[in-house]
Amino acid sequence: MKLEVSGLNSHYGPAHILFDVAFEVGAGEVVALLGRNGAGKSTTFRSVVGLVSQREGQIRFDGTDISRMPTYDIVRRGLGYVPEDRRIFTELTVEENFSVGLQPPRPGVATWTPERIYQLFPNLGEMRKRPGGQMSGGEQQMLTIGRTLMGNPSLVLLDEPSEGLAPKIVEQMADAILAMRKEGLSIVISEQNLHFAKLISDRAYIIEKGRMRFSGTMAELEANPEIRDAYLAV
Amino acid sequence: MTRIVNFAHGAFYMVGAYLAFTLTERLAGTWGFWGGILIAAAVVAVLGALLEIVLLRRIYRAPELFQLLATFGVTLMVQDIVVLIWGPEDLMGRRAPGFRGAVEIMGQLVPAYDLLLIVLGPTVLGLLWLLFHRTRWGVLVRAATQDRDMVAALGVNQKWLFTSVFALGVFLAALGGALQIPRDAVSHSMDLRIIVDVFVVVVIGGLGSVTGAFLAAIIVSELNAFGILIFPKISLVLVFLVMAVVLVIRPYGLFGKAEGAQRTSLGLSIRPWRPFTQAERIAVGAGVLVAASLPLFLGNYALTVGSEILVFVLFAASLHFMMTVGGLASFGHAAYFGLGAYGAAFMVKLFGAPMEVALLMGPLMGLVGAVLFGWFCVRLSGVYFAMLTLAFAQIAWSIAFQWVEVTGGDNGMLGIWPASWASKPAAFFWLVLGVVTVGVCILRVLVFSPFGFALRAARDSTLRSEAIGIDRRNVQWAAFIVAGTFAGIAGVLFAFLKGSVFPDNLGIPISVDGLVMVLLGGIETVSGAVVGAVVYKALAIWLMSQTEMSKLILGAVVVLLVVAFPKGIVGFLEDLRHRRRPASPPAGFKAAKVEAAE
Ligand SMILES: Nc1ncnc2c1ncn2[C@@H]1O[C@H](COP(=O)(O)OP(=O)(O)OP(=O)(O)O)[C@@H](O)[C@H]1O
Ligand SMILES: [Mg+2]
Repeated sequence: MKLEVSGLNSHYGPAHILFDVAFEVGAGEVVALLGRNGAGKSTTFRSVVGLVSQREGQIRFDGTDISRMPTYDIVRRGLGYVPEDRRIFTELTVEENFSVGLQPPRPGVATWTPERIYQLFPNLGEMRKRPGGQMSGGEQQMLTIGRTLMGNPSLVLLDEPSEGLAPKIVEQMADAILAMRKEGLSIVISEQNLHFAKLISDRAYIIEKGRMRFSGTMAELEANPEIRDAYLAV
Repeated sequence: MTRIVNFAHGAFYMVGAYLAFTLTERLAGTWGFWGGILIAAAVVAVLGALLEIVLLRRIYRAPELFQLLATFGVTLMVQDIVVLIWGPEDLMGRRAPGFRGAVEIMGQLVPAYDLLLIVLGPTVLGLLWLLFHRTRWGVLVRAATQDRDMVAALGVNQKWLFTSVFALGVFLAALGGALQIPRDAVSHSMDLRIIVDVFVVVVIGGLGSVTGAFLAAIIVSELNAFGILIFPKISLVLVFLVMAVVLVIRPYGLFGKAEGAQRTSLGLSIRPWRPFTQAERIAVGAGVLVAASLPLFLGNYALTVGSEILVFVLFAASLHFMMTVGGLASFGHAAYFGLGAYGAAFMVKLFGAPMEVALLMGPLMGLVGAVLFGWFCVRLSGVYFAMLTLAFAQIAWSIAFQWVEVTGGDNGMLGIWPASWASKPAAFFWLVLGVVTVGVCILRVLVFSPFGFALRAARDSTLRSEAIGIDRRNVQWAAFIVAGTFAGIAGVLFAFLKGSVFPDNLGIPISVDGLVMVLLGGIETVSGAVVGAVVYKALAIWLMSQTEMSKLILGAVVVLLVVAFPKGIVGFLEDLRHRRRPASPPAGFKAAKVEAAE
């Protein structure tokens, strides 16, 4: 297994948010983490990369326990994270945003350069010197993904990559994710948009109120509309 | 991201100058001179990095006020350490080889070294620009300034990033100090002088803007040079006039951006207050009675010490009022204390007024000072408010120090004795006790008055208080004035207690004393300041009688306090209280409502 999480409990101050969350991702797999607003998808991702300070549980990445490591250390092991609210550096240009994410090449993992990322997202190639603050929402979303790819990750956590994007851009995004998968990356995406998730993922987990409610293949989820109706807003 | 460095920078500037002095004396020749200056700056940068690793890293999560206080403590320690190593005398450094002469420009002789510095300024600025825009390190720093967590989430270890930024800042400060030695004497007070200049520059230029700071530095140095030619005595005042004009037109400086609204509060959790219960009133009354009976048991020396402690009780209570109730952490509250003291001295010396008149008129100086300085200060908030108050206190101090004809300069003004009825230590003690008790009571009443509530509302949320019709600036200005006036009263009493006034009455150590008293006692009640003042002052007087190195110890105490209570002493006391009295009722319902709404 590429990533194995079990018994994950997270708190924000006094609020208990995640309850014994467990999931796993195999090498080269694309897994969707589905759930409504406030279900705990982002908190799960943030806990895995160590951005939630109050977290406990087992988190193993490539067999190593990363549950007590600082964020930068986790990321340097090849676990990339793309946050939901984009969080690009608005004062920095596209190229400079990329250079923040730069990490040395990793054996056995696809190596990314700005040129390869411009192939993935041609829009970005036309605005290399533009500050991040002067880009559209879709372009910013591409920029965050590209910035994380610059770290040559072997697994990427993508938090709601389709959120707030026009249908045409969403399609482009799906293509890009499939292309990343072809490079051998393992990918976890959090989504509320079931259709988008269907386009790209093999398996799905459903989280609700901080607890895992379903785990299975996309086909199994399709075969059980009552599960979808109970836990997802459609 | 470099906001924490503010106070320690003056100290590094000074150490840079001292080290460069020693190195350029030892190393011969042109290479020795310039090499010595660079080595000095580099050595100080390493010291700065060590300080960051050992001290500052521990307190990045503490409220900003505490971080500032810690760097302040370091500054105080460095002053004594410098005196220990290099002695108290001013040192004259070597002239720069190759730049000894002067160049004639338009009929004026300009020292060649000054020309070199004029060229060096933009060069260093240009190099910095390249560093921040053309290297990956610079890009990382700019990224971390905007979003630290995201930088970590991209695999960057920000600890070392912070350390390196800090070291660079220290290097520049030390280089600045080292480059001064051919022009100016090296002295152990240069750190505070430069800090005032820097604060003024930062405030004029706009917070966090390098371009603005550079432009402001030019304006300020021009004004200084020009002012000294035309009005030699008031060049300082001129600079402050410019600052005033800039702040009126652009409250965030020439190039600054508005601060986020959340910066208004100190980040200290302040629990609901309530007026005293009947039992507590009786206890306080009993305490005052016990104090009043002390002259029956104690000797003259002890009573003098007691009077001094009481004076500081009032001083601390006045600072506490603006800090806690108003959310205005002043780092220069001694200004109003000293102004009060000088007010009394002027009444006695210039007008031959008796003590009673001086007691009434003296505090007016504190009031006037607070009206004037406060008007500017309440335009800023948080750390920048603190910086500006400190700058004003330094101005007041330099006026007292430089205006020798009126203030006697460093020699102070002597012979300010109480009226004959109050001249015995016991009688004077009673007088002080009476004034201080009344003063503290008035401050406490103010806390629970409509004014106090308006002030707290303004402290907690600018937007909301303005929505309910409170003019934040005016309310805070009023609080500033109240606090300044009561500090002035304390200053007047102090002048009569000592029989003299000195510029040090306005000095930074007294401002720090006040801060430490407030923080030590616990920030959430008025009685906290009273207890803190008694404990701290008694301790300090005892320490002073034991050692020469008072600043070293004071600074160490401040640093230890901050490190030992990283959440703030308040947080510590709150934790304790919660554990001991889990169900303390939220009395003072109105106060609870105002404060819980945040
Ligand atoms: N910083 C925070 N402090 C306190 N509570 C938080 C914080 N961030 C999130 N929460 C709470 O944690 C719960 C889970 O939030 P989370 O952001 O993980 O949900 P999500 O599934 O990502 O939702 P969305 O689809 O809206 O992004 C929510 O109830 C939210 O209110
Ligand atoms: Mg989310």
